Amino acid sequence: MSNVTYISGKEPHSREHRLIFRNIDRKGYDPGLKCYLKDGGYEQLKKAVTMEPKAITDEVKAAGLRGRGGAGFPTGLKWTFIPPTNTKPVYLICNADESEPGTFKDRYIMHQDPHQLLEGMAIACYAVGAKLAYIYVREEFPHAARILEEAIAEATKAGFLGKGICGSTFDLELYVHRGAGAYICGEETGLIESLEGKRPYPRIKPPFFPAVLGLYMSPTIVNNVESLCHVKHILAMGGAEYAKLGTPNNTGTRILCVSGDVQKPGYFEVQVGKVTLGEVIQDLCGGLKPGRKLQAVIPGGSSAKVLRADERFKLKRGDEMVEIGLEDIPMDFDSLAACGSMAGSGGVIIIDDSRKISWVLNNINSFYAHESCGQCTPCREGSLWMKKISDRIVAGKASPDDVATLESVANNIEGKTICAFGEACSWPTQSFIRKFREELVADTREELAGVPVNHETTLAAANLKN
Amino acid sequence: MSLSVPADIEKEIDERITHYPVSRRSAVLPVLHILQRHFRFLSEDAVSWTAAKLGLEPIQVLEVVTFYPGFRQEAPGKVHIRVCRTLSCAMAGSYELLDNLCQAAGIDASRMGHHHPFAVSKDGRFSIEFVECLASCGSAPVCLVEDELHERVSPETAPDLLARYS
Amino acid sequence: MADDLVNVQIDGTWHQFPKGTRMIEACRQAGVEVPHYCYHPKLSSPGNCRMCLVEMGMPPRPKPGEELTRDEDGRLPIQWMPRPVIACANTVSENLGIRTESALTKSCREGVMELLLINHPLDCPICDQAGECRLQEFSVEHGTGGSRFREDKVKKPKNVDIGPRVRLDDERCIMCSRCIRFTAEVADDPVLGFTERGSHTTLAVHPGRRLENNYSLNTVDICPVGALTSTDFRFQMRVWFLKEIESICTGCGRGCNTEVSSREGSILRQTPRENNEVNSTWMCDRGRLDFHYVNSEARLTQPLLKGSEGHRAVSWKIAVKTLADNLAGFESSKIAIIASARLTNEDLYLVRRLAQQLGVKELDVIARLGEDDGYLVAADRNPNSRGAALVLGLDSEPGSRVCGIRRDIESGKIAALLAIGEDLTSPEAGFSPALLSQLEFLGQIHHTANSTADAAAVVLPGATSFEKSGSMVNVTGRLQRLAPVVPLPGEAREDWVILRDLLQALDGGNGAGSSDEVFSLLAQEVSAFEGRTLAGISPLGEVLLETGETVPLLEREKERIAKGEIVG
Repeated sequence: MSNVTYISGKEPHSREHRLIFRNIDRKGYDPGLKCYLKDGGYEQLKKAVTMEPKAITDEVKAAGLRGRGGAGFPTGLKWTFIPPTNTKPVYLICNADESEPGTFKDRYIMHQDPHQLLEGMAIACYAVGAKLAYIYVREEFPHAARILEEAIAEATKAGFLGKGICGSTFDLELYVHRGAGAYICGEETGLIESLEGKRPYPRIKPPFFPAVLGLYMSPTIVNNVESLCHVKHILAMGGAEYAKLGTPNNTGTRILCVSGDVQKPGYFEVQVGKVTLGEVIQDLCGGLKPGRKLQAVIPGGSSAKVLRADERFKLKRGDEMVEIGLEDIPMDFDSLAACGSMAGSGGVIIIDDSRKISWVLNNINSFYAHESCGQCTPCREGSLWMKKISDRIVAGKASPDDVATLESVANNIEGKTICAFGEACSWPTQSFIRKFREELVADTREELAGVPVNHETTLAAANLKN
Repeated sequence: MSLSVPADIEKEIDERITHYPVSRRSAVLPVLHILQRHFRFLSEDAVSWTAAKLGLEPIQVLEVVTFYPGFRQEAPGKVHIRVCRTLSCAMAGSYELLDNLCQAAGIDASRMGHHHPFAVSKDGRFSIEFVECLASCGSAPVCLVEDELHERVSPETAPDLLARYS
Repeated sequence: MADDLVNVQIDGTWHQFPKGTRMIEACRQAGVEVPHYCYHPKLSSPGNCRMCLVEMGMPPRPKPGEELTRDEDGRLPIQWMPRPVIACANTVSENLGIRTESALTKSCREGVMELLLINHPLDCPICDQAGECRLQEFSVEHGTGGSRFREDKVKKPKNVDIGPRVRLDDERCIMCSRCIRFTAEVADDPVLGFTERGSHTTLAVHPGRRLENNYSLNTVDICPVGALTSTDFRFQMRVWFLKEIESICTGCGRGCNTEVSSREGSILRQTPRENNEVNSTWMCDRGRLDFHYVNSEARLTQPLLKGSEGHRAVSWKIAVKTLADNLAGFESSKIAIIASARLTNEDLYLVRRLAQQLGVKELDVIARLGEDDGYLVAADRNPNSRGAALVLGLDSEPGSRVCGIRRDIESGKIAALLAIGEDLTSPEAGFSPALLSQLEFLGQIHHTANSTADAAAVVLPGATSFEKSGSMVNVTGRLQRLAPVVPLPGEAREDWVILRDLLQALDGGNGAGSSDEVFSLLAQEVSAFEGRTLAGISPLGEVLLETGETVPLLEREKERIAKGEIVG
């Protein structure tokens, strides 16, 4: 990293370990192929096409790479789900529909270092046997789509994509597919339906596991932008070496996206589990705003369960259980799960004591009500109902009973829907109520119990801004 | 079919369709994007044209058009502005930003609702839409003016932002 | 699929099912109804309504070195999963457990019911679906009775004209997508779709497109709520007042199995009844709505004799005797009988006897040919051509002698004609009134006034296919029964009764007292029917002839079953 200099004011923090973001904000770096090649670009692809595809998958497995999109599922294992007896074409889709609120990492990769993604994708395609691949880019990234298309054209011309890649017999057609503004397209099977030109209704699993019955009912691997970039570095370092980064079962680096009430929000690539939430806030982000106290943290995108500042958590350290505070939580998959939330997509939202909890929850509920695809009953009906109740809580038009109703609506969604959106939309409500019940009830009025509401009037009277 | 698609646009569409060797239907989104870029919004005729182009029933296209907020069914202003509404931006003042932009552009924000996600200024120069997460939470509040992302747009600077597009 | 049986525990009791059986079907076979909206065995399973969520369990995965202990029946312990699963799309496997009555399952159903109702208008008092509404039924069984919803409901289009025969109320729609799947997967006319998203999702047709294919009313049948209603049946009758009788459609040679609903002698609707050898669970709109003629003003209700001042009503006794005497007055070779392939086998058997009695050789039915639509409408638009050919012993294609009969009337070779169940002036029959006027005698047995009856000296009022019992043979050779649904108007009689009386008047001495008895006589005489009885024909019919003919719609269904796309 020593030979890399960065744009003044955008230098990586000393706690960072830049792998994927090595070239982000790098001085003199551009998204062109020439620049990429100067830096050893496509060397890993050249190496990959001389390897057995299975050997690549084995490296990725050995690296312990877990998906960076949200679920944290082991990437190498996912690749092996393609049935060994398969005779249909295999497809690979890069999920660049980055849309979990609080997450903003993929844009930078696509804007500033598109070939890194293309190389990672080409290696992954070779490993899984895909000859046709798409990058599903969210509509709100028009420049990313254009830059990627230019990069694809360049790479094809240079023989890194297209027919007979790097002199091998490996062919790969790769295209950019633009979404049109739907969070649900981040869900693998919703994305696949969208790519098939249909409404992005997630499919039921079973039977429609993408690795078996994916795009065009053929085996399909869907990986996040960041995950695919890691593949290149895994090949460069070797799986075992890569696995030394981070912590056991939470290997490698990952990009944390921090927003909300901190001095210096932004993106930070760190070794997984090597920084704590407190270090993220204090060191990486320069602490809270003057005079403010921490109230809550949403650690993995807005669907992750909220953590309360004064909460205590029990974590396993070696063989013993220790009790820690919020600031001591290591930022890795397993620790955040053990604390009752998740690392999710890496989007950390910091909420200080200036925020009204009911307003925060209502903002999140509005998002999910807007983004529910409407396919299955609990989420379709429940997400809007939750928003309507929280609208009233914010507007002071709710009774304490409404908080209980809100919670039970969330309970009636969680675990009962076709896709994980059910959890995504109910976890915020469940966790906010569980941890901030008093704050929420304080915004309600006992005398409104059972009074019918005219929602439009309520909203007209409401000031939802703060 | 009363939609008149210029030859160069149709050529671009035809080329796009080749990106989907397995199924033409997959080209619905790209075809609609190209049409919207050219016509600024997707009329009923654009839907029918797309359906005919791809061998689909018009409803199969309309299902898609109405699902995605990225597609407009009404004409926007000359400059379409999308302000991020979601949490990190809201915390950074995006509601005020929206208000200020509407005020500066002379837009009646009360006309924005579920069936009309954006409102157009009287002079037709601007239209403003409150949208969900634009994935730039670290530089909140943000807005997309046409294809340009503007970061850290403090609500007070709304008139300056509009001035850049006047 | 091999009949690989697996052991499945449903609500504590063990059963065996073929591996791969959907959980919902396994439960049904075990007598346990799992409530559902979107699941339909003939359509793909999107799993969207979530009403069929059940608690599921499987043997726990043994830890390394551990062996699970089996109980005395050899069953492994079941570890219940914390997350419910949909019974419609998941299949059974060995040692699987399903709980449909557990607290988890109940809370799922209560939750889904509440969520389905919050934006539903609850306009049951004016909804046609009331009484056969799954939302009502499951609300009673699985709902909580109260409502915690205090907000405004989502507003959506009401009374939407989406096609000539189907009305849409979007506020009642629960987005199960059955209709969309039907139009796309079965009718190949994907004009329905969802617009908008989330709670605002709206069932719609594209402006300028209509749901107007000949199968559109099936969407009304499968709509579990009152979102899609039949324009024809709308506001006609509360369904609980309807009397339902199983029969078959006689609109063409398919013989779709039906349920005919009536109230106080009036037919109000006809709906398809499942028969996987004939029509699956569908029927065409034309056949379905072809019952209004039963209540026509033009129905013949009295026997008529033609005199100098036109037709006058007479008693059955006189009318039948007049007909018999007239026919007996002609030489056999001068008489022709044109019957109908819309008559039952029993009617036709007595026509056969009549022809034998009179020594008539010129005997045929009117052919009705159209195009096979590739779904259910058969090219043969007569419901019983195969029966007519068999029973009448026609040695050539039904209808092939009609042209000759017309020529013989023109030449004077035929002087007397009896038309049974056909208006000879119809385009299919092709007799002009002028030609009929050349006859010395014309007799007519029919249910409705027509030009042939106008010209006929004797007119006997018969029955429509909704008023008679008997059997027919469909295009694929299946023997099926039809049932009287409504009483005959006025003095009209079932055709077999009229023919029996006519035969008796001619001293034919047939004493059959019921259509069952007529069938028995038929079974003795026509070998294909040997050993069968009318009462013995199952409600789903039985194979009479091996024709090798297939139904394209059913073939497509079988393919989808084989692929596992649908249950069937």
